[in-house]
Amino acid sequence: MSSVIEETVSRSVPVSLKRPSKSLLSRMWHMRFIYLLLLPGIAYFVIYKYVPMVGIMIAFQDYSAFTGIWHSDWVGFAHFKEIFDDPDIVQILFNTLYLSLLQLLFAFPVGIALALMLNELRNHAYKRTIQSIVYLPHFVSWIVVIGLVNTFLSEKGIVNSMLGLLHLPQSNLLTSPGWFMPLLLLEGIWKETGWGTIIFLAALSGINNELYEAGVVDGASRMRLMWHVTLPALRGTIALLLILQLGHVLDTGIEQIMLMINALTKDVGTTLDYYVYVKGILNADFSFSAAFGLFKSLIGLILILGANKLTKKFGEEGAF
Amino acid sequence: MHFRTRGELVVDRLNVALLFVIAALMIFPFFYMLVVSFTSYREYMNTDLLLWPKTWVLDSYRYIFSSKQFMQSIGNTVWITVIGTVIDLAMTSTMAYGLSRQVPGRKYINFMVLLTFLFSGGMIPTYLVVKATGLIDTSWALILPGAISAFNLLIMRQFFMGIPNELTEAAIIDGASEMKVYTHIILPLSKPVLAAFGLFCAVGHWNTFFDAILYLNNPDKWTIQVILRQIVVLSDTASSLKPTLMAQQVRDQHLPPPETIGMAAILVATVPILFVYPFLQKHFAKGVMLGAVKG
Repeated sequence: MSSVIEETVSRSVPVSLKRPSKSLLSRMWHMRFIYLLLLPGIAYFVIYKYVPMVGIMIAFQDYSAFTGIWHSDWVGFAHFKEIFDDPDIVQILFNTLYLSLLQLLFAFPVGIALALMLNELRNHAYKRTIQSIVYLPHFVSWIVVIGLVNTFLSEKGIVNSMLGLLHLPQSNLLTSPGWFMPLLLLEGIWKETGWGTIIFLAALSGINNELYEAGVVDGASRMRLMWHVTLPALRGTIALLLILQLGHVLDTGIEQIMLMINALTKDVGTTLDYYVYVKGILNADFSFSAAFGLFKSLIGLILILGANKLTKKFGEEGAF
Repeated sequence: MHFRTRGELVVDRLNVALLFVIAALMIFPFFYMLVVSFTSYREYMNTDLLLWPKTWVLDSYRYIFSSKQFMQSIGNTVWITVIGTVIDLAMTSTMAYGLSRQVPGRKYINFMVLLTFLFSGGMIPTYLVVKATGLIDTSWALILPGAISAFNLLIMRQFFMGIPNELTEAAIIDGASEMKVYTHIILPLSKPVLAAFGLFCAVGHWNTFFDAILYLNNPDKWTIQVILRQIVVLSDTASSLKPTLMAQQVRDQHLPPPETIGMAAILVATVPILFVYPFLQKHFAKGVMLGAVKG
């Protein structure tokens, strides 16, 4: 308790009367074991989070592994200019935004719909069983998902078998550019939608039952209850998740794409994240790639702060 | 709960039926993978729509279990999962405990953690740091750079702060050291959070793929997901030379076809997750709820 009291006291006294630093030091000495416990974590954040932030300066250099970060030549914004001169940039930006838009338009509402459907189930054993099943795909890796998709879509796979039985022309969707993004979307929906319902269901379970009872007394139908009680209760959660989504419009992840992409879908499938990997790691073009990554992070930062401000304007709570 | 009209009953039943179909679509790929993995070469090649093998054979399993590389990757992955999870939990919980106490300077440390939500060095600078710290081609590259998730850290700190302060203070008055408070009071009271996060971390390590691609060049160190990629993805893409080689091999030696081998490999790599899943389920709803209660 003493430290709490000390803190309130030290906060309430004017700055000039603040305790001398000796007592701060003695307080710190008193809690030296806490610092010991904090040390590994702080070291972790410094080494693996903050040193890379400093390392971003290679974006302004012609970094070479031989000369190292301290002796490479400074080139200013040359790599950023290179980004805008890159003939592929428009296509890559388009691919990235297109995939994000597809996810926002389809995956996001599907998650809400699934949560609402689960919420309407009256039989608890049935509800729990369905939930266990729809959560499951979240726990398997992307390789497993794509491996399954590859087998489904292979020459002898179930999709072509079905098409054959229906006397429809068979095709290889894996190498078809038009199917690349829809496949990514469907895989994402299969893997993550069920898991995404958890947060909505948590919000729904917090609704006061009296609201429903009052609605029933007033003669509201189930649909009206959903519209006037259930959905408004989800507004805050939906807004919060939308901000997070908008802030990550440029993040498409790498694993799924690098596993799906091939020579024939390279043009329609390359997104910003994947391009950073190809340029930086595969082609060892560290400086250009770091510049590209920084460019992406900065836009992402602006997007997330902007989206947060926007939701606050609409009267919702926002993420921060 | 309340009186239902006939229309509502119809909607109810439709809802139940539709959810059944959705759940079936979610579970079907797992079933299909099981079926294909146990199908014989001849049957796989000759059946148009395979939904249940006439004879169940173990050829594909024999093939993958006799592969030294496959078994070695499983060993690597088990090691990374066990050590990685222990390190994740130890580092996250000690830091979370430290930040939950009224220690001078904690605001700066909190801010340092929060800032990483908004901005990060990105893939390339992080890669260079991992390289500079000498972790390339070691399993530590898959453990240390991701040891603490800032999000989990803050949730855990929130949980620790919910433990009544009187408990800690009383223990300290009774002469317990901070270390003792952490190990004898905080940790035992936090078993549900530790279980939930531990299981999330373990699944994460088991499924590690991109980091392994990025940081490991030595095939002896590869994890199961990287080997799976070799088996199920690279053997299928049009751009790779592998399929022709592999198809040739299959014809020559009558090995199981790549698809059945792939399905068997995927099944073996997924079994541990399916195995912990019932246990996992008890805890994860709680873990996610903790996250949902904004801290």
